[in-house]
Amino acid sequence: MTLLAKPWIWSWLAAAIAFGLTLALTSGRGAGELAYAALSFGAFAAIVGMGQMLVITLGPGNVDLSIPATMTLTATLALKVMSSDPGTALLGLAVALAVGLGAGMANFALIFLLRLPPIIATLAASLVYQSLAIWSNRGLRIKPPEGLADFSTGRFLALPNVAWVALALAVVVWVVLERTVWGRWLLAAGQNMRAARLAGVPVEMVRAATYLAVSVFAGLAGYLLASFSGGAALNMGAEYLLMSIAVVVIGGTSIAGGASNVPGIWGAALFMFLVVSMLNSYGAGAGVRSVLTGTIIIAIVIAASTRRVRA
Amino acid sequence: MTALARYRIILPVVSLAVLLAATFYMQPRAMSYFGLNLLFNLAVPIALATIAQMMVIMVNDIDLSLGTFVSLVACITATFLHDTPLLGAAMLLALILSYAALGALIHTLELPAIVVTLGMSFVWGGLALFILPSPGGTSPVWLRTLMTVKPPFVPMAVVASVIIAAVTHLLVIRSGIGTVLRGVGGNARSVARAGWPLVRLKALAYGLCGLFGVLAGMALVGLTTSADANIALRYTLLSIAGVILGGGEFIGGKVSPTGAVIGALTLTLAASFLSFMRLSPDWQIGAQGAILILVLTARLIFSRKGSVA
Amino acid sequence: MSEQASAAIVTLTQAAKHFGPVRALDGVSLSVAPGDCIGLVGHNGAGKSTLVNLVNGSLAPSSGEIRFATGSTAHAAGVRSVFQELSLCPNLTVAENLRISHRALKGPGWRRPARAEIRQSLDAIFPGHGIDPDAEVDTLSIAQRQMVEIAIGFAPRGTAARLVILDEPTSSLDAGIADQLLEHVRQFCAAGGAVVFISHMLGEIFDVATRIVVLKDGKIVAERPAGGFTRQGLVDAMGHVATEAAEAARTARELGAEVVRTEQGLSARAGEVVGLSGLAGHGQAAALARLYLSHSSSWRAGKTPRAVFVAGDRPRDGILPLWSILRNISVSVLRQGARWGLVDRAAEAETAATWKKRIGIRTENVENPVLSLSGGNQQKVLFARALASPARIVIMDDPMRGVDVGTKQDVYAMIQAEAARGRTFLWYSTETEEIIQCDRVFVFRDGAISAELTGADITEEKILQASFEMQEVS
Repeated sequence: MTLLAKPWIWSWLAAAIAFGLTLALTSGRGAGELAYAALSFGAFAAIVGMGQMLVITLGPGNVDLSIPATMTLTATLALKVMSSDPGTALLGLAVALAVGLGAGMANFALIFLLRLPPIIATLAASLVYQSLAIWSNRGLRIKPPEGLADFSTGRFLALPNVAWVALALAVVVWVVLERTVWGRWLLAAGQNMRAARLAGVPVEMVRAATYLAVSVFAGLAGYLLASFSGGAALNMGAEYLLMSIAVVVIGGTSIAGGASNVPGIWGAALFMFLVVSMLNSYGAGAGVRSVLTGTIIIAIVIAASTRRVRA
Repeated sequence: MTALARYRIILPVVSLAVLLAATFYMQPRAMSYFGLNLLFNLAVPIALATIAQMMVIMVNDIDLSLGTFVSLVACITATFLHDTPLLGAAMLLALILSYAALGALIHTLELPAIVVTLGMSFVWGGLALFILPSPGGTSPVWLRTLMTVKPPFVPMAVVASVIIAAVTHLLVIRSGIGTVLRGVGGNARSVARAGWPLVRLKALAYGLCGLFGVLAGMALVGLTTSADANIALRYTLLSIAGVILGGGEFIGGKVSPTGAVIGALTLTLAASFLSFMRLSPDWQIGAQGAILILVLTARLIFSRKGSVA
Repeated sequence: MSEQASAAIVTLTQAAKHFGPVRALDGVSLSVAPGDCIGLVGHNGAGKSTLVNLVNGSLAPSSGEIRFATGSTAHAAGVRSVFQELSLCPNLTVAENLRISHRALKGPGWRRPARAEIRQSLDAIFPGHGIDPDAEVDTLSIAQRQMVEIAIGFAPRGTAARLVILDEPTSSLDAGIADQLLEHVRQFCAAGGAVVFISHMLGEIFDVATRIVVLKDGKIVAERPAGGFTRQGLVDAMGHVATEAAEAARTARELGAEVVRTEQGLSARAGEVVGLSGLAGHGQAAALARLYLSHSSSWRAGKTPRAVFVAGDRPRDGILPLWSILRNISVSVLRQGARWGLVDRAAEAETAATWKKRIGIRTENVENPVLSLSGGNQQKVLFARALASPARIVIMDDPMRGVDVGTKQDVYAMIQAEAARGRTFLWYSTETEEIIQCDRVFVFRDGAISAELTGADITEEKILQASFEMQEVS
């Protein structure tokens, strides 16, 4: 009962069902491979999803639409700096995080100085980032340094390295939200910005830090994804716009703000991958796959909401 | 205070005028019937999509599925509406009704619109792929004729924009039901307390969004003569930007149909303007973003002055 | 009496309303006839709002019966309510707001009659109101909005109002405008209408009511013609002992150095209780909010804040609705025990437990959601949040709204005790009873300070003088 009351349980249940249904077709063969793939691909969705979660926790109207463009831009610039030279992985990481930080600052500057609604500010900024990425990329596909490529596709203790990174990040985010003063401030600001300010919460600092964090997360995801898939592509971030929002919501974070849910993000990230592979293995075409994915997202949101109403 | 109310529409008009003047300065030949037609060619479907988005923003929600929805409509228009008009029309009607049902669902279960429409974007996109897996189809002849009609003096796109603005202004700002709908955005509780069925009002707002979305998709096919499943994906963001450029706000039921149409025209013109500037294609998208930021900055400055005065 | 009952606009027979185990209304029989002006009084949680919601049809009774003279619904019977919280659509004009509640107004050209109707109604109730029917509501002041709301309540709207329920209608109105309203209520009832008038200002109740109904714990404990009550008797009937001890509560103290001084002229010394008074909406709340914001930062928060704020408008300015009572209290002290940015959860729990006891928050467990508390207890949470903080300056924006008398006395005592320890209080209040406890009072008029009173000069008379004095000049 108490377990069912946890908002994150639903995304894990859904992921488990999708996992089970896929394996039912192969009568259990390939479970390890499927789980491994889900953890690998889910890691990227989890990283951007946690960033988006922090922003959505800030309350209604807060969302970052620039995640895909930031991912592409950071990946492009990081790979350019590394130019496939061995031993530059950390330099590349530093560049990726710095570019992410810069994008976050630009986003927040637009929101704070021009008082734009975050949707519009991050949308407009993302157009600029996209142009920057196109301009700096010039259609070249630079390979990541070999060591980095090996790391991002490698494994440690049977789990993909990228999943370890995302898990570590999840632990950090969880601690920040549940145990730190800053996390409390974020949750307070998300419930009622004005009341939080009058209660002494430095709300602008909280907002700024959140928008910086989401872009840094996007930068990290872009860096890892490009290393994982052998180079940056201009559309590499595209699917992560809807993905980042979807995992937040399926994961049980309140879209109205003020309540976050880290474990749910992971469940939802795994689910989003597993449901596609499930439909694939049942031979569904792209159209059907998309329709079913959408229907499932809505069904989960409805299930979560009726549970909430009854509670 | 009346100045403040008035600036809401002044700024979109001014930004459109400035952009238009700059375009004429760069390319004097654009200052003609043919030139204008070329500049605003694609404005009609964008304007309709922006109005559709505005209907949802009016009741404090946001539609992230509009682009895929318009694409789906375009696919149906270019296939079923052309081949079997009755079936096609029935499908489009069903789409409008499903939008209304969506609105009712979102309201009744208190679902976050941003997420439900996000899910719907997968559904619409999947259906569009299903109907038209590869680009193709043909526009119905009457639609093609309608969209390429050449009225005297002023090009079709401009005439259509004025008509759209006028009709939606009457519907949203002047009419009684439009007032109530804006009231839902302003203070839903008091509207409910006065005895209005909120579910039906929400369904109506979403239904109107669906209606204008369908019109947008049809207009688009009339112009492009064929369709594909991704034809209008960027309309989601364009329509949101158009509503905001036109002086609308995300919450509080503060919307302006005239402004929204002007916002759509501005965005269309921005694209044409950039190609006149012979800007490297690398920068076109970025420049669109920059123009958006610029106009909104101007709006901030004006509104600050307005509130001081 | 039986004749009157048969003509009654609305009759409640043993009406009860339960919310789960809570008996909000426990068998109430009441009838309202044309010409009645019923003053409805009772403390928080006595069941006033529930009774109103039954009469206006927003809630259905759990048991018992509600009968209307004409039609089966409150709407058809011409029952209107004007609520305490503002319920207009801020993005619409005054006339458009009338359209929302006037569903019969249809067809092209509805604007003209809408404008005429609202203007007529405003003119009738508030002569010289100066409100443009085409003004958008969010450009109006709070008092003007409340006037519009009252005018919509009395407007014919197709059916003619027969019973108008006014729930604290004068809370944002100044005395002159409130008098216009009371005058209109009298006329309306004389002309055969009926009014249910809810107010915490007993003076107003005695002024207009023909009959006074006292609610306590969901029951009617007294119902008599207005002449049958004295003020003291009314307060006694409500179940709390009226206190005359306010004057005595002010204790002589050594005041420290000046800790606050604003450009406006507002100043306060350490250990001083400074009151802000004057008619509602004359800039007191704004002055306090400015003062608080200038004493704190949106960008950083130190271990010891300079000032804390106690909100009066709880949903807007105070309560963090998703959180427990504990977290709502501790948000102001998070930085104190924090190490490496981590919250000291033991200290936090102790703070909450201490304050639950000290201020008497009625809950079994401070882990309960804050919204499980009644309004008055939520207000106690906000007091606890402020007083638990080590800040030397406490800013209070009319914090006693919705608080029952018993709690008020506790809080008054606590304020005096904290002041004695050197804390400074800046206290905006609309209640004279509270203002006269202050060491020094600034009276506001039109956003500026019109008088500074100290010591024996702090009397209701002097405050009223300062509130009105200059109005004759302008």
